[in-house]
Amino acid sequence: MISVHHYLLLSAILFSIGTLGVLTRKNAIVIFMCIEVMLNSVNLTFIALSKHVGNMDGQIFVFFVMTVAAAEAAVGLALMIAFFKNKESIEVDDFNMLKW
Amino acid sequence: MYSNLWLIPFFPLVGSIINGLFGKKIKNEKIIGGLATLMMFLSFLVATQNFLRLMGDNVKTHQVVIASWISVGNLQIDWGFLLDPLSAVMIMVVTGVGTLIHLYSIGYMHGEYSFYRFFCYLNLFAFAMLMLVLGGNALVMFIGWEGVGLCSYLLIGYYFEKKSASDAGKKAFVVNRIGDFGFLCGLFTLFWALGSKGVWTINFVEIAENAHLLETGGVVVTAVTLCFFLGATGKSAQIPLYTWLPDAMEGPTPVSALIHAATMVTAGVYMIGRMNVLFAMSPTTMMTVATVGGLTAFFAATIGFAQNDIKRVLAYSTVSQLGYMFLAMGVGAFSAGIFHLMTHAFFKACLFLGSGSVIHGLHHAYHHAHNHHDDPQDMRNMGGLRKKMPITFITFFVSTLAICGVPLFSGFFSKDEILWWAFGSTRGHWFLWAMGAVAAGMTAFYMFRLVFMTFFGEQKTDPKAKDHIPESPLTITIPLMVLGLLAVIGGYIGVPKILGGSNRFEHWLAPVFEHTQHHFEIHAHGSHATEYMMMGISVGIAAFGILLAWTMYVKNPDMPAKFTAKFPALYKAVFNKWYIDELYDFLFVNPCKKIGTFLWRGFDVKVVDGVVNGVAWVVKGVGSGLKYTQSGYLHNYAVAMVIGVVVIVGYYVFG
Repeated sequence: MISVHHYLLLSAILFSIGTLGVLTRKNAIVIFMCIEVMLNSVNLTFIALSKHVGNMDGQIFVFFVMTVAAAEAAVGLALMIAFFKNKESIEVDDFNMLKW
Repeated sequence: MYSNLWLIPFFPLVGSIINGLFGKKIKNEKIIGGLATLMMFLSFLVATQNFLRLMGDNVKTHQVVIASWISVGNLQIDWGFLLDPLSAVMIMVVTGVGTLIHLYSIGYMHGEYSFYRFFCYLNLFAFAMLMLVLGGNALVMFIGWEGVGLCSYLLIGYYFEKKSASDAGKKAFVVNRIGDFGFLCGLFTLFWALGSKGVWTINFVEIAENAHLLETGGVVVTAVTLCFFLGATGKSAQIPLYTWLPDAMEGPTPVSALIHAATMVTAGVYMIGRMNVLFAMSPTTMMTVATVGGLTAFFAATIGFAQNDIKRVLAYSTVSQLGYMFLAMGVGAFSAGIFHLMTHAFFKACLFLGSGSVIHGLHHAYHHAHNHHDDPQDMRNMGGLRKKMPITFITFFVSTLAICGVPLFSGFFSKDEILWWAFGSTRGHWFLWAMGAVAAGMTAFYMFRLVFMTFFGEQKTDPKAKDHIPESPLTITIPLMVLGLLAVIGGYIGVPKILGGSNRFEHWLAPVFEHTQHHFEIHAHGSHATEYMMMGISVGIAAFGILLAWTMYVKNPDMPAKFTAKFPALYKAVFNKWYIDELYDFLFVNPCKKIGTFLWRGFDVKVVDGVVNGVAWVVKGVGSGLKYTQSGYLHNYAVAMVIGVVVIVGYYVFG
């Protein structure tokens, strides 16, 4: 029988994978995808707990998160293009000008 | 009834503002000078009207409140004026002599750069002086007191491009500040002392009414009056604060006449007269005032012997004459002191304006002869001017007779009354009289030395220039003639009883001083014979001084040179003003400078700047260390965020 714990565990694993990806990958698009993974892991938590508690609030929140994620993707990809026009690269280590 | 009193200081203020703001645009000297003089004259008319009204009035003390100024708890300070016989005399002198000197200045300052500035300051001075004498409480008086100091500074430094003039202005200001400090200390102490008896006031009438609450001859009243006296020594150039007045001669001559002879320097005398009750309550202070006055009269006269600058001689003479006034105040001869103040204003203003006329003429002649190295103020370059400048000579001579106390001239009546009181008053002493009498002889000597060197004998002016010395224009000579006339007849309002007069002046001032003199049993006593004898002696001493001057400077003109050759050290000491300036430099000025330098280099640069710079240095060091956290690599920031989240969440979950 699949209980709420399994969902939460999966969600935690997904979140950790996303975090690790953000921290280790250099390609900005991959980092972006990792962030999406993190967001969706949170969505999974929301839905699982919503079902478990019997309350619709969590599911409504998921819509918000998805909206934000969509907006973020639009802005983020626009930024990628701007970066690429400047440096012909989307490696984040190339964007290190804002420092001492 | 006296509600237009405020107009008296108001007119000069208006003149000052107009000339100050628009004078540069007006440019026309006649309009600028005319406006300033007109304002003074209007003020004089209002003063005369009030004076006459007060003469016909039975009540002699009137307080006019214009507006409320400060109202704190039970302390109420108004913009209030006080008209009584004393301030009435003062406003007449200030506006009358002031008008004449304004008129004179139009001629004297002709062609000066920034003509308007001069008249702006001069009117401002008149405003401040009138506030001083009309002020109904000590704070309004203090505004005037500070205002005249400021105007004095501005006018001494009128030729500010000259280093000596700007230095003299600063010296006058700083020395006056020392006196003002005394004035304020006195005022605060008085306020506190009366307040602790339940009367919180600085109104002069109320002070006089409540003075009896203080202990007669007590420490408090002595301290208060001594502090006030310190203020008076600063403003009125008495020992020890007299050194600024001779230097103040750097200002234009009309300024010397108005501020440094006729009006401002008498403020100290006036102030003592205004607070006569308090001063009379402390015999110690009275004795100090009299002694300082007598010493100053004597000491300043000695310096007058060896000065060659015509204005400097007059400056020391002023210091000496002010000494007489303080001597009078100190022995309780209040009305005699004010009487001398008035006659002195006439003859000394005339003398200064006369010297200005001489300087003006010589300046003109030198200019004509393209001589730029001779000093037009040096008496050694003068001589024989009586034929060139007859009006100047006559008025000057008459005023000299007045200052020397020659009988029938104004100075005789006032000076003799002071000397009589110094001898015969219950607060007097024969020694005070002796100092005054000797100083009178010395006055006669140095004044006639001045007259002989300037107007008699051979003409020692540069030969090229000497035929081009003109008599001064009418704007200069009219004030001279009026003041000369006053120097002759001004004394007849105070002819003492012993000479068949009724001493109307003393009678006029009686409402202000009589109560004090009566209450503290201050009066001059002695037989008529003694009084005649005293009069005879002082006239004799004066005659001796004149005769000596005549012998030394007319009959045997080489005698002074022989004398100085015989006593070179004495001559040098007198010529250098007894080295008092050097002594003050050594005792006060240089130590102050050293403290200042120490505070600048030691405290300000090292401590204050050190703290400020140190704080900046620490912040900068910390910043330059921490800046490396700002690596610019996205991953570093991401790691920091993740660690932060983990720590915070961990804290709430496990903490």
